[in-house]
Amino acid sequence: MSGPTANCPGCGAPVKFLWSSAVQTTCEFCHSILVRTDVDLKKVGEVADLPADASPIQIGTEGAYQNKSFVVAGRIIYEYEQGGWNEWHIVFNDGSSGWLADAQLEYDLSWASKPPAPLPGADGIRQGQTFQWNGKTFAVTSRTHAHYKGVQGELPFEYWDKSDVLFADLRTTGADFGTIDYSDNPPLLFLGRAVEFDDLHLKNLREFEGWT
Amino acid sequence: MAAVQAKSISCPNCGGPVELRGFAHTLSVVCPQCLCVLDASTPEVQILEKFQGKTQVKPTIPLGTRGKIGDTQYEVIGFQVRQVNSGDDTYSWDEYLLFNPYKGFRYITEYNGHWNFVHVESMLPEQTQARGKPAMRIGGATYLAFDSMTASTVYVLGEFPWKVQEGDSVACQDFVAPPAMLSSEATGGEITWSLARYMTGSQIWQAFKLPGSPPPAYGIFANQPSPYGASVASSWSTWVWLNVALAALVFLFMLISPGRIAFSDHYVYSQGVKPDIAFANTGAFVTPTFQLDGRKSNVELSIHTDLDNNWVYFNFALINNQSGETFDFGREVSYYHDSDGSEGGRDNSVIVPSVPSGQYYLRVDPEMARGSPFVAYDLQLRRNVPNYGFFGLAALLLLIPPGFTTFRRASFEAARWRESDYAPSMSSSILSRSNSGGDE
Repeated sequence: MSGPTANCPGCGAPVKFLWSSAVQTTCEFCHSILVRTDVDLKKVGEVADLPADASPIQIGTEGAYQNKSFVVAGRIIYEYEQGGWNEWHIVFNDGSSGWLADAQLEYDLSWASKPPAPLPGADGIRQGQTFQWNGKTFAVTSRTHAHYKGVQGELPFEYWDKSDVLFADLRTTGADFGTIDYSDNPPLLFLGRAVEFDDLHLKNLREFEGWT
Repeated sequence: MAAVQAKSISCPNCGGPVELRGFAHTLSVVCPQCLCVLDASTPEVQILEKFQGKTQVKPTIPLGTRGKIGDTQYEVIGFQVRQVNSGDDTYSWDEYLLFNPYKGFRYITEYNGHWNFVHVESMLPEQTQARGKPAMRIGGATYLAFDSMTASTVYVLGEFPWKVQEGDSVACQDFVAPPAMLSSEATGGEITWSLARYMTGSQIWQAFKLPGSPPPAYGIFANQPSPYGASVASSWSTWVWLNVALAALVFLFMLISPGRIAFSDHYVYSQGVKPDIAFANTGAFVTPTFQLDGRKSNVELSIHTDLDNNWVYFNFALINNQSGETFDFGREVSYYHDSDGSEGGRDNSVIVPSVPSGQYYLRVDPEMARGSPFVAYDLQLRRNVPNYGFFGLAALLLLIPPGFTTFRRASFEAARWRESDYAPSMSSSILSRSNSGGDE
């Protein structure tokens, strides 16, 4: 699953792609944020130092979900008053991509979905509010005002230099998971499942001192 | 890539070292030397809270202890004492925060020697009703509302992936389906659901390889599994099978000892005037001799009369022709009936136990009320009849074990629900909480 290779316009280092459809990536040497154009890479910014984080997942971590293997290609990092989380961008071996959220080691898988009806604006989304999607009742369980902290690796869209973003997380009486992302207008909808660590069959994880 | 290193900070209050076990997940930590609560989320460590009470609480499971629950190893990294004040009743429980860098955070709670292993639930429960109580359904199981309370953190040690503070308070609700319990914690409009599984002290001791023995459990906990739960069903199924065996035994008895007839005859008794019937008697008489065979065994004498609104009393003596050994016994037969119904019956019988074999005859001495007409009757003496009364007694005795376990289970459940807001004897609302201190 190795995509094309190019050189970083910032430092000249080679930039490898794990996913051929990546729109944006970061240079792992100079931390430039690079956007793909038709011909080459364009530097659009630089990533500040990423906050220390203790996610066991890293770029290059491999896993499988429902017999489809995936590799972690990038991430968006958010923080809020009571902690932080990573939105890991995962690309499947069929070329599709999704998101694996790791919020203090609680894991959710989701995919960009098209809302059947326009989503309410950031001012109009309330705790407990329900939506009917895919024949299931999703209820808003939390509203989080998060601070964008940075990006790493390959993303399916251009995403950098964001400020505060509102997220509304939704759950069902099954293990379904949904999130409305107000970083864009109109807001984005992601739907998926809450998963256990063991459901993901992860390999190439980070190691932790004192733990095997 | 190098392993993620465990971090250590120094306490800005006392300068002592503070080791972090939860890596970058730890947002707040208690200095083990001065008990200050520190903000560990930024490099410049801030003091969140300076002093916590005077006494130092020692957790039963020391911080840093690792234990295996299921297939996963967890380390105890945080500890808090949570207290509930409801009217004149105050009680508290201990809560341990467990950490595994891959699987995440879990909790262990302990109250009066009762333990629970807890994880945060990602599914939402559905409101329902069950057994006349409000209930919640989640993952195919129904949990009955048990109680609700406001719990405050009154003591903290170790680390937390949130900014912990003494006095943090949350509204909790518990729903039980022993050995599981579903709990909600509400803070600032957000509700977190968690599922707990009951564990015994010895399971905890085994999981964490703790020295000594666990503290004894007092009272009955909300989701403590009934020790009689499974045994009630199995004791009743045992009962069914024992009854089947008993019925088979009765059937076998009827087959192998049908009670051989040793003697049988027909008589008429009349007081004074002897009717013109060959076999009529006016007083006592003896029967011809007959043989009782086999081992020492019982005999049954059956009496069948044609009484009609009358009674007759028989004095019997079963006399051994050779040894003269005598078995004396008597039986009354009375039968009355009118338009309202009837009383007694025309037949009766008596069992004489332990009669040795030999040649016997019967002495029969009937009595009737003065002026009664005559009575015709049959006597039949059967050797070696099965005593079905014994089987009846056995059937009754067989009821004792399942009856006892059923009673024990009912008492256990009654004791459990006495601690609930939904105790059957109380019509209280969810707010008027009974004594949940559980010291009875």
